[in-house]
Amino acid sequence: MRRAPAILLVVLLSSLAAGCGGSSNKASNTTSTAAAASCAKGSLNLVHAGQLTVGTDNPAFPPWFGGAQKAPWKVSDPYSGQGYESAVAYAVATKLGFAKSEVKWIVVPFNTSFAPGPKKFDFDINQISYKPARANAVDFSDSYYDVNQALVVVKGTPIASATSIAALKPYKFGAQLGTTSYDYIVNNIKPSKKPSVFDQNDAAVASLKNKQIDGLVVDLPTAFYVTAVQVPKGKILGQFPTAGTPEHFGMVFAKGNSLVSCVNGALTKLRADSTLASLQAKWLQADAPVLK
Amino acid sequence: MTSAGEGRRGVTVAVLSTVVFFTLLAVAITHAPGWPEVRRTFFNWNQFKSSMPEISRAFLLNVKIFMIAEAFILVLALLLAVVRSLPGPVFFPMRALGIAYADFFRGVPTILVIALLGFGAPALQLSWVPLSTTFWGIVALILVYTAYVSEVYRAGIESVHPSQDAAARSLGLSHWQSLRKVVLPQAVRRVIPPLLNDFIGLQKDTALVGFLGSVEAFKQSQIDAAATFNYTPFVAAAVLFVALTIPLARFTDWLVLRDRRRRQAAGA
Repeated sequence: MRRAPAILLVVLLSSLAAGCGGSSNKASNTTSTAAAASCAKGSLNLVHAGQLTVGTDNPAFPPWFGGAQKAPWKVSDPYSGQGYESAVAYAVATKLGFAKSEVKWIVVPFNTSFAPGPKKFDFDINQISYKPARANAVDFSDSYYDVNQALVVVKGTPIASATSIAALKPYKFGAQLGTTSYDYIVNNIKPSKKPSVFDQNDAAVASLKNKQIDGLVVDLPTAFYVTAVQVPKGKILGQFPTAGTPEHFGMVFAKGNSLVSCVNGALTKLRADSTLASLQAKWLQADAPVLK
Repeated sequence: MTSAGEGRRGVTVAVLSTVVFFTLLAVAITHAPGWPEVRRTFFNWNQFKSSMPEISRAFLLNVKIFMIAEAFILVLALLLAVVRSLPGPVFFPMRALGIAYADFFRGVPTILVIALLGFGAPALQLSWVPLSTTFWGIVALILVYTAYVSEVYRAGIESVHPSQDAAARSLGLSHWQSLRKVVLPQAVRRVIPPLLNDFIGLQKDTALVGFLGSVEAFKQSQIDAAATFNYTPFVAAAVLFVALTIPLARFTDWLVLRDRRRRQAAGA
């Protein structure tokens, strides 16, 4: 009698082990074989059929997003089609055959954009830089913007008179979490003080205003927004020269999603007919002295 | 005889059921459809090894934060608890202030106190106000945990039977002397386990200071995770926190046991 429960458990255990073995994992590999398939709207691999679901973070900051804020979106409205990333997303959607009303935007915080498991978006467009290590977890589209890092400081502070990268070493810098701006500080500026890292743009900006950091490293288009709107006393000290391979932003897809090749096809067309170039000219300022 | 036999059988059943339970759990998890992806993104050994040294260095900041904070908390919370137990109508404003303080700082989420102080206080632009985010993170933790720990002390003070105080007063001790020499020594000894419990809570909450930009262990693990899109650095940070809190928890158990033995020995 006393042994019965134990035997029952062992039987249960072995049947479970036998039952579960290898039955999983069939759905995940079917997508890569479909990569060469047509990019007709009806055959696209979508989260919701007939609808392009695009993710980005909230608040949606200019110059990447524009228009008046509309709930649930703050600062801007991705549905506006204004701002560079919103405009690019709609241009891609049009090339894939979607009407403007068939594009749906959802909030995807940066930290969840690469979470394992099924994705809620078809692609995420949120100033995410391509890195080889990241490409192990997700798929990236080709570049939709080649980006340079820039340094924002507050006018009249000691750092504002620095003219070279070497002169920046004694200062305290800040960057946003997950950006390559942080990598640039650590690998290229190599400051003597440990840089601060912020979860979101607003915390980084507050810290710069409070002089808790001397300089904020952000991508150049964001630097223009920061100095124009968020930190009135701020100025762009300069942009940094490219270190190593040029950095670019790519849209993020679930690993193995066949949609990537179709979006890349659309991006190639948009580059060839210079749509991307004109959208960049329209929404992004990229003219700042280069720090040596 | 029978009790020894039953004890052995008890051990056997415990061992067997433990083995079966954890085997079942392991089988269920490792046979989930998403397990290969979870293993790759959360339990990547190479990633663990490469991110551990930097996270360990960042963890020293956590240690510094909770060591400094705990020193202040233990003193300030005791003061607050004593203020709240002051007798008589004269001290009503101080008691009310103590209650308001405890209510407020136990009610507001710690992360909000940290954010409000860390970004708010330096924004005053007063030359004598420190700008360091770590400084303000420590201040915020002290404020919040003082409220919690003062309640622990107060429970300890109230657990000492009033006859102790009455006896002390009848011997001619003043209220303060009675508090210092009779009530508090007994009260503090009784609340050492809950005090250590709050200390463990404090150790974990040092991770919240990272919100202000200070690169402590959790922030460092976030940086690594964001750079590689792999969550293994979170596991590495968790291992560091656990490695610190588990010995402290066992130490607390040991203290409680020792105290109980001593009291039983004194009773016998």
